[in-house]
Amino acid sequence: MGTLPFSVRRLLLLPALALFGAILLPWQIRLQQCGAKAGFCAVPLTLGLREQLGQSGFLAALSGFRAPLAAILWIEAHGAWEKTEWGRMAALFDTVTTLQPRTPLYWDMAAWHMAWNASASTLMDTRQQSEALRERAARQYVLLGRDLLERGIRNNPQNYQLRDTLGRLARDKEGDHAAAADAFSGAAACPGAPAYLKRFAAYESSLAPGREREAYGKLLRLHREGGARNAPTLLARLRELEEKLRIPEDQRIGREEANPAGKTP
Amino acid sequence: MRGTVLSVSRVAALTGNTFTDLVRQKVFYFLLLFALVVIGNSAFVAKLSFQEEFQMLKDVALGAMSVFLGLLAILTTAMLLPRDLEERTIFTILSKPVPRHEYLLGKLLGVLLILLLSALVMGVLFLGVLLLTEQRVLTEAGFAFAGSPGELDAALAEVRRSAFTWDLLPAMTVILAKSCLLAALTLMVSTIATSGIFTILVSLSVYFIGHLQVTAREYWLSGVGISWATRLFTAFVALLFPDLQAFNLSDDVVAGLPLPMDLFWQTLALGAAYIAVYYAFAALLFQQREL
Repeated sequence: MGTLPFSVRRLLLLPALALFGAILLPWQIRLQQCGAKAGFCAVPLTLGLREQLGQSGFLAALSGFRAPLAAILWIEAHGAWEKTEWGRMAALFDTVTTLQPRTPLYWDMAAWHMAWNASASTLMDTRQQSEALRERAARQYVLLGRDLLERGIRNNPQNYQLRDTLGRLARDKEGDHAAAADAFSGAAACPGAPAYLKRFAAYESSLAPGREREAYGKLLRLHREGGARNAPTLLARLRELEEKLRIPEDQRIGREEANPAGKTP
Repeated sequence: MRGTVLSVSRVAALTGNTFTDLVRQKVFYFLLLFALVVIGNSAFVAKLSFQEEFQMLKDVALGAMSVFLGLLAILTTAMLLPRDLEERTIFTILSKPVPRHEYLLGKLLGVLLILLLSALVMGVLFLGVLLLTEQRVLTEAGFAFAGSPGELDAALAEVRRSAFTWDLLPAMTVILAKSCLLAALTLMVSTIATSGIFTILVSLSVYFIGHLQVTAREYWLSGVGISWATRLFTAFVALLFPDLQAFNLSDDVVAGLPLPMDLFWQTLALGAAYIAVYYAFAALLFQQREL
């Protein structure tokens, strides 16, 4: 290459770069796989996102500025919250979570705003005179919150907070104790989950029709583990279930000394 | 001296000269803009919940760091050769026993030094704002949970978990590596360019397309149901452009993912490979360029 004129060298740059690219290709693929294994992988940019973001926003996302763009849109959503523009807020949340699907905070907060704030505000919105329509709109916001959490969990399966919030939503907003119990159980099985989640799962099981025996087993196990887990609610629920399931007197809590084997019915 | 392949003292002199020249051009003024973005953002998001506040602060600061360092790398490097040609300093330097590859290496290292210093200042500023915000939130939490020590401990732990994590440091290092790669690439382009504008335009285009390289590569390698023309085009993009998306680790780090050290070192090694090869191509091209 030493004797080649500059114009020829310039032309040779492209094949030389392509050759270098070909040499690097296996390395790049290995690095991508290594990143994907650790959870670092590129989120696909879809045509749906293009429509949500507009041309300039999509260009910013293409250029590696997904995170700042999501942050700016989140602040905009906060502005919509202050003005109780729930529809605009829902659309912005959808865009933010599409841009940053592996940020659990966005899913969690978006679901909370929809299922709690938007639904409660809609219920109290007297501009809509029909109570039935207000209730229907409130339910739809709760469903939106549930959808956000379910999508968040699919994107962050190891995150306990999203499952915890889903449990609270099922418990407080839908009154579905069985679904709440399942969500809390799932949360308790995630890495770093706090101990109270097992207790919440057991409480909700105890309130779900047909799951009393399962709940009794869970509560008894927690009671025997002792310590801070023997909260007043836990003891109260256990006693209720003992009555409901007609547990023999000698096997009831407070009488384990009489039955050290602790046989669970 | 002329016979040696590389003289460290000559390269160091050129590096120092380039660095001083760039400092005189007041390139550090853009740091004020960065400070404005970080401090302004932290003041603006103070009304959000503390988790949101930390998330916004980290996202915006790291994003701004990536933009500012990338732009700084491209704009300063693109103007190096045209300025030296215009002011004729290049002829003075090259008329002395300074090989052209040393001249280019000195220029590149001068820019890398500027980038390193800028990244350090930005990093210190960002971490300072983050730590100050953390202290403020901790104090607020202390007042809010003063009556219940158990809940206070949990709240303080939650605040600390949401604020600073050690993984932010390697994430910032990878952002610096990406800007160094862009500087080397811009230097290579400037050796064949006839104007600074051309170099800037080409480098900015590579910057945008480089973030899509991984998409093109996946499309090309999957190869299912695509025409030969599309396949050729995606192969062209995948082979010619650097994989800049590989250097975008900060998004997931801010989201809370721990950054594995092997991934960090491999990413830095990939950056070093790109810089070395782009510099080598630049030196080869510049060797016989008529000045």
